[in-house]
Amino acid sequence: MTRYVVDVMPKREILDPQGKAVLGALPRLGFEGVSEVRQGKRFEIEVDGEADEARLEDVRRMAETLLANPVIEYFTVTVGEDAS
Amino acid sequence: MRIGVVTFPGSLDDVDAARAVRLAGGEAVALWHGDADLKSVDAVVLPGGFSYGDYLRCGAISRFAPVMTEVVAAAHRGLPVLGICNGFQILCESHLLPGALTRNDHRKFVCRVQRLRIENNRTPWTTSYAENAEVTIVLKNGEGGFVADESTLERLEGEGRVVARYLDVNPNGSLHDIAGITNEHGNVVGLMPHPEHAVEDLTGAGTDGLGFFTGLAALGAVPS
Repeated sequence: MTRYVVDVMPKREILDPQGKAVLGALPRLGFEGVSEVRQGKRFEIEVDGEADEARLEDVRRMAETLLANPVIEYFTVTVGEDAS
Repeated sequence: MRIGVVTFPGSLDDVDAARAVRLAGGEAVALWHGDADLKSVDAVVLPGGFSYGDYLRCGAISRFAPVMTEVVAAAHRGLPVLGICNGFQILCESHLLPGALTRNDHRKFVCRVQRLRIENNRTPWTTSYAENAEVTIVLKNGEGGFVADESTLERLEGEGRVVARYLDVNPNGSLHDIAGITNEHGNVVGLMPHPEHAVEDLTGAGTDGLGFFTGLAALGAVPS
C-alpha cells in the first residue's frame, strides 16, 4: 500500500476569499507580519502496491479529472510515507 | 415542448424550475441524476441548489452523475440546456461552458433582487427577450463569481456569448459583470441568477424570468 498526497491550490491569479479571511483574522489574534495566506486542499490517497510511474500517472489523472479544476487550481502529487 | 428538469441529491430549485416550465406553456419532465436517461426531452434544465452538498467543488461530483453523461452528449448534438446557479457550476465543471464559478469576492452569501441586461437573445432560452432588454430577477449564491482567463473572456465578449450581465451592482465579483454565458453553438446557457423564481406576481421579483422558459415552449407550439 502506498500513500500518495495530492495538494490542490487556487492559482495565483484567482482571488482566494478563504485565504483572505484567514489573513484578516491572524492580526486580530496577535500574529504580526503575515502578508499572505492562500488556502487549498490536501488529499491522501492510498493505492495498492509499490509506487511506480504508472501508478503516479493514475493519481495525476485522478487529480486533473476530479480532485482539481485546472481552470482555477493547480496541483502537485507526491509519494507519501508507507500507509501501513 | 417537453423540457426535462434534473434532480440531483441536494437540488433545491427543481420544483420551481418545473413550475416555471409549466407556467410558460411547456411540459416539465422529471429527470433523475442516477438514471442515464433523458426520456426523449427536447431541452434540459439543470436547477439550482447544492448538488452532492457542494462537496469537493460546486458541481464537481454532479458532473459525473449518470444523467450528465447523457446531457453532455446531447448538448454536443445541439440539445438546448440551461444551467441555473448550481446548474451553471455543473456546466462549467462538465466543460460544456468555459470558466468557473468561485466564492463571492465579499465572502458572504448574497440574496437580492438583481437587474440584468440580456445581451444575447439568440439562444433558445432568450429568444423571448428584446436584445439588451433590462430585466429584474432573483439572485442567490455563495459561489457565483465567474472567472476565466483573459483570452477566454475576450472570446466570450468578441463572439457575443455573454448572455446576461449584471446591472447596477456586481453582486459576487464576476469578471466583466458576467451573469450568464453560452457555448459556441448557443444551445447551452449558464446563468447565475434564478429566472424560475421570477415567474409569478405573487412571489419574487415580478415575472421577468418567465421569458427564459416561454421561448422554448413557444417553439413547441408550432406544428412540425
